[in-house]
Amino acid sequence: MSGKNEQRFLKLSGLEPLIVTPETNFINVGERTNVAGSKMFLRLIKEEKFEEALVVAREQVENGAQVIDINMDDGLIDGKEAMVKFLNLVIAEPDISRVPIMIDSSKWEIIEAGLQVVQGKCVVNSISLKEGEEQFMHQAKLIKRYGAAVIVMAFDEVGQADNYERRIEIAKRSYDVLVDKVGFAPEDIIFDLNIFPVATGMDEHKLNALDFIKATKWVRENLPHASVSGGVSNVSFSFRGNNPVREAMHSVFLYHAIKAGMNMGIVNPSMLEVYDDIPKDLLERVEDVILNRRDDATERLLDFAESVVGKTKESKIDLSWREEPLQNRITRALVKGIDQYIVEDVEEARLAADKPIQVIEENLMTGMNVVGDLFGSGKMFLPQVVKSARVMKKAVAYLLPYIEEEKLLNPQEGDSDNAGKILMATVKGDVHDIGKNIVGVVLACNNYEIVDLGVMVPPEKIIAAAIEHNVDIIGLSGLITPSLDEMVHMAKEMERKNFKIPLLIGGATTSKAHTAVKIDTQYNEAVVHVNDASRAVTVVGDLLQKETSVGYKKRIKEDYDVFRAKFLNRSSSKTYKTIAAARRNKFKIDWNKSEIFKPNKLGIQVIEDLDLNLLVPYIDWTPFFRSWELHGKYPAILTDDVVGAQATELFADAKEMLKQIIREKQLKAKGIFGLFSANSINQDDINVSLSSVQGRDEESYIFRTLRQQLQKREGVADYALADFIAPQESRKQDYIGCFCVSTGFGTAELAGKYEKNLDDYNSILVKALADRLAEAFAEYLHKEVRMKHWGYAANEELSNEELIHESYKGIRPAPGYPACPDHLEKLTIWDILKVKETIGVELTDSLAMWPAASVSGYYFGNPEARYFGLGKIKEDQVKDFADRKGIAFEKAERWLSPNIVDA
Amino acid sequence: MKDIREILKERILVLDGAMGTMLQRYKFTEEDFRGERFKDWKHPLQGNNDLLSLTQPEAIADVHRKYFAAGADIVETNTFSSTTIAMADYYMEDLVYELNYESARIAKMVADEFTEREPNKPRFVAGSIGPTNKTASMSPDVNDPGYRAISFNELRIAYKLQVEALLDGGSDLLLVETIFDTLNAKAALFAIEEVKEERNIDVPIMVSGTITDASGRTLSGQTAEAFLISISHIPILSVGFNCALGASQLVPHLEVLATKSEHAVSAHPNAGLPNAFGEYDETPDQMAEQIREYVEKGLVNIVGGCCGTTPEHITAIANLVKDFKPRQFSVLH
Repeated sequence: MSGKNEQRFLKLSGLEPLIVTPETNFINVGERTNVAGSKMFLRLIKEEKFEEALVVAREQVENGAQVIDINMDDGLIDGKEAMVKFLNLVIAEPDISRVPIMIDSSKWEIIEAGLQVVQGKCVVNSISLKEGEEQFMHQAKLIKRYGAAVIVMAFDEVGQADNYERRIEIAKRSYDVLVDKVGFAPEDIIFDLNIFPVATGMDEHKLNALDFIKATKWVRENLPHASVSGGVSNVSFSFRGNNPVREAMHSVFLYHAIKAGMNMGIVNPSMLEVYDDIPKDLLERVEDVILNRRDDATERLLDFAESVVGKTKESKIDLSWREEPLQNRITRALVKGIDQYIVEDVEEARLAADKPIQVIEENLMTGMNVVGDLFGSGKMFLPQVVKSARVMKKAVAYLLPYIEEEKLLNPQEGDSDNAGKILMATVKGDVHDIGKNIVGVVLACNNYEIVDLGVMVPPEKIIAAAIEHNVDIIGLSGLITPSLDEMVHMAKEMERKNFKIPLLIGGATTSKAHTAVKIDTQYNEAVVHVNDASRAVTVVGDLLQKETSVGYKKRIKEDYDVFRAKFLNRSSSKTYKTIAAARRNKFKIDWNKSEIFKPNKLGIQVIEDLDLNLLVPYIDWTPFFRSWELHGKYPAILTDDVVGAQATELFADAKEMLKQIIREKQLKAKGIFGLFSANSINQDDINVSLSSVQGRDEESYIFRTLRQQLQKREGVADYALADFIAPQESRKQDYIGCFCVSTGFGTAELAGKYEKNLDDYNSILVKALADRLAEAFAEYLHKEVRMKHWGYAANEELSNEELIHESYKGIRPAPGYPACPDHLEKLTIWDILKVKETIGVELTDSLAMWPAASVSGYYFGNPEARYFGLGKIKEDQVKDFADRKGIAFEKAERWLSPNIVDA
Repeated sequence: MKDIREILKERILVLDGAMGTMLQRYKFTEEDFRGERFKDWKHPLQGNNDLLSLTQPEAIADVHRKYFAAGADIVETNTFSSTTIAMADYYMEDLVYELNYESARIAKMVADEFTEREPNKPRFVAGSIGPTNKTASMSPDVNDPGYRAISFNELRIAYKLQVEALLDGGSDLLLVETIFDTLNAKAALFAIEEVKEERNIDVPIMVSGTITDASGRTLSGQTAEAFLISISHIPILSVGFNCALGASQLVPHLEVLATKSEHAVSAHPNAGLPNAFGEYDETPDQMAEQIREYVEKGLVNIVGGCCGTTPEHITAIANLVKDFKPRQFSVLH
């Protein structure tokens, strides 16, 4: 351990360090964010005007406070809540939180709540022996564990120290307990030796200042490494209303206390006169009082005080920048994140501009460009830029009504309410959103509506929000490298969900190369890499303006194709088999032993209007909650500590809605399925014969399946769905089924009705329920097929739980899902079952089902059939697939692109 | 076994390299991640590297073996994301104790193999404690700066479970690493102190922050020195930086720690900055050449690798540092 004579300094931190050394002289603690000390601050907190309260904090720091004291002890406010709320806001303001924080409360629970939200090393103000040694030690131990320094009041079980002897007695005892029993670092101990008023007219108060000063000297000489602090304004309490005298008293008191070793204190800097500037006559009388040099010191000062004309001091915040030209002021406000004057500056700019939009395009963008440059060169850091964005938003919010008004006055051709809606999100697992925020703000300034999902947004949520808000563009951002994969995943998801909107990619780790090679290939629509805000405006404009949109999207795709070509020579690190080799390693069922069950009833059956009551038991509620961002398994989620209450409430609403839907038959469940003779042919195809279907008995269709090609461990087969059907060569007749069910009829109308009433909640609820019902229908029908129509599992007795876990025999894979990602096969199902003609479920251009709450797929009955993921396939299979299917290679490639190995 | 605190005075210790980079070589499929035990898990598991300690324990042991063979004195357990908070992504909160316990057990088993073979060079296991995927002092929502997605107490409880399991599994040290929000780290340190007190044990703690970009600050905005001050209340073995930057870019920040810290200083940088594809392509020699600056300037006591580093990198580093004296420091906890 360190030696006894070694100097150990009190070290504190906000975003920046503060080290209290002999050279730092005196650490000035800001006192104005204290409800007990500032009436204005109390009012702001009571009225919940936290933003204005932040201004008070910022002013203190700009004024030179090196630590800010925050106190919320007032009978009329919830101190704990206010402390946490205000601290969280302070932490988000880097030009405030750069300094350490003093968490000030007489209530331990407020102190502890404060300690739990501040990352830097704080000071706790305060603890004492007032309630005894046990509590004192307990609190000190926790403070140490939270990593804070502590102010110890000169207070014990007997009372507050009010003379020299009591001060040193309590200080010594506190110090010994802290250092020897708790193991508290002595340099982290700060004594508040009680500053009491002098010149009160009472004799027993005469020594108040002098005793403090003497005790300070004793502590600094006898209690190694400890500091001394105090609330200075107390000393002049009896001269309230006479600021010149008070200021002089503070200065004189500090002058002597600092000489004695007081190295920290709560002082209002605007209530402080420079010692050398105090007029000599006033100085003499004040020093007489502070140092108790004359018996009549108080009377002499009182007499003199009446002659001192009170004048209010100017605030010392440097406001000279307010004198500068308008653009400088706007730029400074943006760079410094000061929103106090932005509205008046923007108003000034607006009055000077031809059109209000120019204020955004010129004045504000000029400032934001400076912000961008500073950030880019490492001279500003993340939280500051976020603040700049907030100032920007505030400015824009102020301008918007004028811009709207301007538009009404001068409507331009084709002008809509806004230029387009853009969803912005930082992808899952990433907390960086600076670029995204800037781009979002800048775009908002250009009249785009921004739907900002924040950071760490999972793909499901982006997809859901994009659908919910019907956005025109999705912008993804990320800074850390795993985000690249998330973006690729998002592009895939957008493709899988048949998105038709452009995707913007931005963030420090992204690049045009990665976008072109990895992301662009996953998504059939435009993908554009945009790494700065100014370019984002042009790109978004080109993408969304009717005149340029089509051509631009085409150019972008071509541009990225060319770009990508440069990387085609790179050797691939993944290894894949040829399709021939994969076929040799197919999943082999012993068809001589495998039991094939002939369906009880071959042919096609239609379910016109199923009673929804039958589906209710089959609903898997877990994904329903997940769709509402409530995570946990049903039914346990209903009693979950965190989301239980919300889940229960949502569940009640859902049940109510479900009842209503069923009672009023608002949704209609229709389904169609068929069971047919089938055999696999040519390894990967399944030949389906409609011999059992009246009038169509000559028809046959072929399902094309895809086979895994990724090099795997020895002994692991390369699956294709065709492996689960007996090949023709086996001379065994096998069977297959396919189906489509929908509960989506009526959803759009019902949801639309809610939306019209601005009831988004119920609109979403309807859609979520329709989806769940469709899945339940698929589950229900699969069971009916297994037990009755096909009948291979006639005696199956499975609970809903087991159904959800798919514990049954046979599978029902769906085109577009992992085992068969090829959506094209839906067309075959539609042809076989005449789905559209019979039950009305249509396929969109991108082969999505409409209504959306629909499920389609195949039935495989073999007990060895299992779900698998296709993974990536090679070009040789794509070509083979295209040939087998009789379609152009390019068409096959386009549909299968998410699953094709990068060249 | 000789105390690591003693060895630290004698030479520069070598930490292992990236686990993830090595696991990528196995090209594990969804199926492999699941193994037999989780074959019916309702959620995708591919990418849950920590889970491999349960489903592919041989692979994990093998990676540890390779790093020890490459010259590492300390390997990190495969538990970077093994908290209830990070595992929620996979709905595997209930497995957290087992994940940590098994990961520590595997690493300790391999460490013991090597220590037995080379008793003069004992090998250590550092229980890796990652930052989780939530930040306690920053809002994920720019429009609501006062919002927090996770509280100190939630973090503390999650970390405590991880710490207990890591220790039960046989970890020799604890490494709180890749700290991008100091408040998260403080919750981890708080939890460690609780466990130490409850069990009446002492365990060496390594703390390693992450400087995220050119501003020279952590993601939560602290300078290197402010970070150092904010974590110095707990007795620690070492303080350092890892991830986000390559070896050269870390130098100025390590210099701050080397000058200001009384503790040992550690560094495990990435193999350079990621290229356009998010891959790290700095070669072992290139990286070692940059680390030469650390040792010539006497900046470090423990050095290893983070993202993109491999046993080859660690060999190059181990070969380099063996000829240099460790940085002098005053306090050993």
